[in-house]
Amino acid sequence: MHTTVRFILAGRIEEISHCDPTLTVLDYLRESKALRGTKEGCAEGDCGACTVVVGELRGDGIRYQAVNACIQFLATLDGKLLLTVEDLCEPHGELHEIQRAMVAQHGSQCGFCTPGFIMSLLAMFLDDPDNAKTRSDIESGLAGNLCRCTGYAPIVRAAEQVLTAHRQDRFIAERKQRLEQLQAIQTVESLQIVCGERHFYAPRSMATLCTLLEQHPNAVMIAGATDVGLWVTKQLRELESVIYLGAVEELGAIDSADDWLSIGAAVSYTDAKEAITVLYPGFMPLIERIGATQVRNAGTIGGNIANGSPIGDMPPGLIVAGARLTLRSAHGQRTIDLEDYFIGYGKQDLRAGECVEQILLPLPSAQQIFATYKISKRFEQDISSVCAAFSLQVNDGLIMAARVCFGGMAETPKRATTCEQVLSGNTWCQETIECAMAAIVEDFTPITDVRASADYRMRVAQNLLQRFYLENTSNTFPVRLGSRFVPVIADV
Amino acid sequence: MSDNRPDSTRQVHTSVAHDSARKHVSGTALYVDDLPEPEGLLHCYVGTSAYAHARILNLDLSAVIQYPGVVRVMTADDIPGRNDISPVQQQDEPVLATDLIQFAGQPIFSVAAKSRKIARRAAHLAIVECEELDAVLDIETALEQESYVLDPQVIQRGDSKTALETAANRLQGKLRTGGQDHFYLEGQVSMAQPQEDGDMLVLTSSQHPSEVQHIIAHCLGRPNNAITVEVRRMGGAFGGKETQAAQWAVIAALMADTTGRPVKLRLDRDDDMLSTGKRHDFLIRYDVGFDMQGRILGIEFMHAVRCGMSADLSGPIADRAMFHSDNAYFLSDVTITSYRCKTNTVSNTAFRGFGGPQGMLGIERVMDEIAHELGKDPLTVRTANLYDLNERNVTPYDMVVEDNVLHELIGELVDSSAYKDRRQQIEDFNRHSPIIRKGIALTPAKFGISFTTTFLNQAGALVHVYRDGSVHLNHGGTEMGQGLMIKIAQIVADEFQVDLETIKITATNTGKVPNTSATAASAGTDMNGMAAQRAARKIKKRLIKFASKKFSVDKSDIRFAANHVHTGKHKVSFSELAEQAWRARISLSATGFYRTPKINYDPQTLSGRPFLYFAYGAAVSEVEVDCLTGEQRITRVDILYDAGNSLNPAIDIGQIEGGFVQGAGWLTTEEIYWDKKGRLRTHAPSTYKIPTIGDVPAAFNVRIWDKGRNREKTIHRSKAVGEPPLMLAISVHSAINQAIASKTGAKQLPSLDTPATPEAILNRLNSNG
Repeated sequence: MHTTVRFILAGRIEEISHCDPTLTVLDYLRESKALRGTKEGCAEGDCGACTVVVGELRGDGIRYQAVNACIQFLATLDGKLLLTVEDLCEPHGELHEIQRAMVAQHGSQCGFCTPGFIMSLLAMFLDDPDNAKTRSDIESGLAGNLCRCTGYAPIVRAAEQVLTAHRQDRFIAERKQRLEQLQAIQTVESLQIVCGERHFYAPRSMATLCTLLEQHPNAVMIAGATDVGLWVTKQLRELESVIYLGAVEELGAIDSADDWLSIGAAVSYTDAKEAITVLYPGFMPLIERIGATQVRNAGTIGGNIANGSPIGDMPPGLIVAGARLTLRSAHGQRTIDLEDYFIGYGKQDLRAGECVEQILLPLPSAQQIFATYKISKRFEQDISSVCAAFSLQVNDGLIMAARVCFGGMAETPKRATTCEQVLSGNTWCQETIECAMAAIVEDFTPITDVRASADYRMRVAQNLLQRFYLENTSNTFPVRLGSRFVPVIADV
Repeated sequence: MSDNRPDSTRQVHTSVAHDSARKHVSGTALYVDDLPEPEGLLHCYVGTSAYAHARILNLDLSAVIQYPGVVRVMTADDIPGRNDISPVQQQDEPVLATDLIQFAGQPIFSVAAKSRKIARRAAHLAIVECEELDAVLDIETALEQESYVLDPQVIQRGDSKTALETAANRLQGKLRTGGQDHFYLEGQVSMAQPQEDGDMLVLTSSQHPSEVQHIIAHCLGRPNNAITVEVRRMGGAFGGKETQAAQWAVIAALMADTTGRPVKLRLDRDDDMLSTGKRHDFLIRYDVGFDMQGRILGIEFMHAVRCGMSADLSGPIADRAMFHSDNAYFLSDVTITSYRCKTNTVSNTAFRGFGGPQGMLGIERVMDEIAHELGKDPLTVRTANLYDLNERNVTPYDMVVEDNVLHELIGELVDSSAYKDRRQQIEDFNRHSPIIRKGIALTPAKFGISFTTTFLNQAGALVHVYRDGSVHLNHGGTEMGQGLMIKIAQIVADEFQVDLETIKITATNTGKVPNTSATAASAGTDMNGMAAQRAARKIKKRLIKFASKKFSVDKSDIRFAANHVHTGKHKVSFSELAEQAWRARISLSATGFYRTPKINYDPQTLSGRPFLYFAYGAAVSEVEVDCLTGEQRITRVDILYDAGNSLNPAIDIGQIEGGFVQGAGWLTTEEIYWDKKGRLRTHAPSTYKIPTIGDVPAAFNVRIWDKGRNREKTIHRSKAVGEPPLMLAISVHSAINQAIASKTGAKQLPSLDTPATPEAILNRLNSNG
């Protein structure tokens, strides 16, 4: 075990051997380092004012990503590189190209959110610099940064000005030095930070992780900490021991075998997106709308499942796809159907000393129609009021098999079994769909809360099945917002 | 032409970047929480109520006091002066609750500790024994119980009753408009630092430093001159830091006074949202009579306004809602009744538009409904009802609308937005599109500029020219992102004809310019700009007199241009002249003062001329609505806005774009949700959804009207721009209504309350009326 968190800040190696296991990157920057360019807007990873860029080794290069400093624990930076807004100015006070564009386009008003936007833009700037970013890339890259003054229009203009093809800056030019610096702080040893009775562990292997779980059955496991971070910043909880899964090599792996795609529990949404959507394009509209970029860079599919939320966005789609889950402890490994993991509200099939190891996603079959839908008050970066997933095997106009699952409709992500029965074995036609829509009432008794009423949830759940049908049959009219579909006007 | 008489350099009417833009993008602009922390700083936090209405039976703070790291705990009993933060002398809102709790989230005690985390943790350890009382949690209950913070008010002109009875057509309806959280990105924060003689310096994030000063003084039982309040900049405010920044500054100052140590108080986002007021939600009922052209013959409005537990600014806010019930339309026979409801919820407060948006939403809803009833294009009905230029031009409160530009401005916008063609295309689209429906709407805004409380319309400035010719600028306005400081610097640079860099913008400070009004009502530049110009002109006049004597030239031959002063044949740099004037013992410092002319308003009769002028604009919005889920997207927006002769078009465009998107948020995604116990459930960005970048319309065409010029003698004939653009977003609401109506085919226009969340829209799509 090594006992020092080492990361690069302002071009220098920082070494920290004593720190609170849940000290956030934001508090570290603002309080310990007096670097106050990074702001706190919400302390829950929802506004992006605290956005910083984290660089880490990826293959033979550095991958830079925007994350929310307010809920990122400092010790998770071990072996990484941290960029803050203070890093952007050139030595003589000249502004970075991104900063110049923001000034030129009047992209700041009160200025409080601005450093966060600058850092999100920097992450985009450094990502694939040879190719220009599209408006849609820009919206996706900045959806996690709230601005209350500008209405975003000048920020879009600044982004379009600066995110052109063949981007070049100091960070790209100095890639080699930074790479060497990063390589110098890599280690194969697990990390242990002690703070009185409290500990932070970052094991490097499954075996070490299992041993730690055995020794510390009450430890809190974190990966992106996009949820646990709030226990600290909002509930003011003092966590005794924290085990960080992000350094466990096996948990970061994505592998495809003959019949399965296996995704390690610590793989982020960002990293899993391509592998999943290649197999299941129907996952795309959902994965793109989980949290926002900063949350998707930190948050993991394993975490989305493990914490057992009834409104986690990934489980419904994974369940209808027939995903399985492997769970691991010092005593061995077991594999269960993902849907069986969710026992009740706040209750999962996870034993003491056990962790979620990987998600096994079966490969789709030829006649499979698969889609996911997310409904929320705001289109981007919102928590679902209803999340729906449908997977049907349709052969010669007959529904051979149907799996339907909803989030936000019950105390766990839950399949609509009555609805499935109506669909299975019946004709793929509007009449069947209407019967199946009516059957959903038998499957759920949703609740009314801040996100939606019970009535709305039920009606939308039914209507999403209608949409699924319409989208997969030929139509003369558009069925989705922004589809740019021009209706066929036959009778004019 | 000799270089003795060059043209002056124009510093106003140009697009200059925000003065802090470079600092914003570098992270070097300092907000209160970024300032270096003084030695011995304590961090303060508050303990708040969990109940909406309760009597405190016993307050046990022993665990708070004993928590390691806690230095001091304070309750209402420890306040040496008056325990009151009411901005309007109602004495109805304590700093810290005494025995009565009036809303969930109300501060009961404060705790200071060596770290913020300790203070926050300790604040949760109090044991508050309460007897829960019946709570009034909504507008209906308040109306039923006649629970009011202030007396109801009525504006009446003509005979609306008879007009309604005799009109060819008549409609009645109601509309609920939701509240709105300010969601300034920088939360409430203050740092108080004890000075000698028990004086106090307070650095805060407030739109109204003078009021903070005065409230701290009476809470501490000290004269105003013992307290100095300074504001360099805010990370957004939008009205949320007009009155409601005071409480946190006071609590910090009380703790600093008691402990003799500097004290900082910064609210966590959730507590900020729980404990500070929002935009007032309204219940609006209307009864309208109209002719076959859709022209209104008689109308009655009832406004029921949720004020929360105290008056705060609810009186003038509800008044302004009444004053904007006409928006841009002539109402001959009209009665507007306003009830200022008291509820056991946080005291609602100023928010960009200050009641105006709610008042306008009512009449715009009426326009849509009349059009629907008559089967007309709503734009035709709107145009038919617009104030005329020479007749039909008196508001319900007896002010003559002298500066109406809407006929011309709307005409231009209709053309530039291709409104008519697009409306036709949308009708065709909708006929063949059962799931996705589109809607388009044009709505105007006419917004009165001035504080309706007449005495607030005064401003001061202080300008120094130093011996080296550099200029120190100070005035009573505060910077919250709106670009006030740069505009006023431009005004002063233009007076002296020096480079903008010569003007030092300085923090607003009650020790420099006293007794200021809040930076609010869109009037910050109008008022403070004029005061600063006057201060600069005083100095300039002295310099001219001096130069005239020294260079023996006529005063009329002295000209300021391009960092120089031209005196007939001679030319001297501005800095050189400053040095010479100083040596000649000429005062190079001056104050400027401005009081808004012409306004004359009687609060007893609610009539007269509350406003110096009106700001105008119009917007066309197009939306798509998903009839399966109720989701909507704004696809295109065209705005034409009259900024007068804009001082800084870039800054003004920023206000228009930002105000519009904020208004669209208010009307669509931003839902305030209280549970049955009166606890706010939307108290963080995870649950309260302001617009994101994806909510910006794909096509967003914003233009400042090139014919704009203020007919009143405002600063360089510019017009206010802070609030009015927010109200242009009403076009989004109207467009959604159009889309829904195309689907339902109901006889009466579906009554879509705001915010038009997907759920609210789907409900309307599935109901008949």
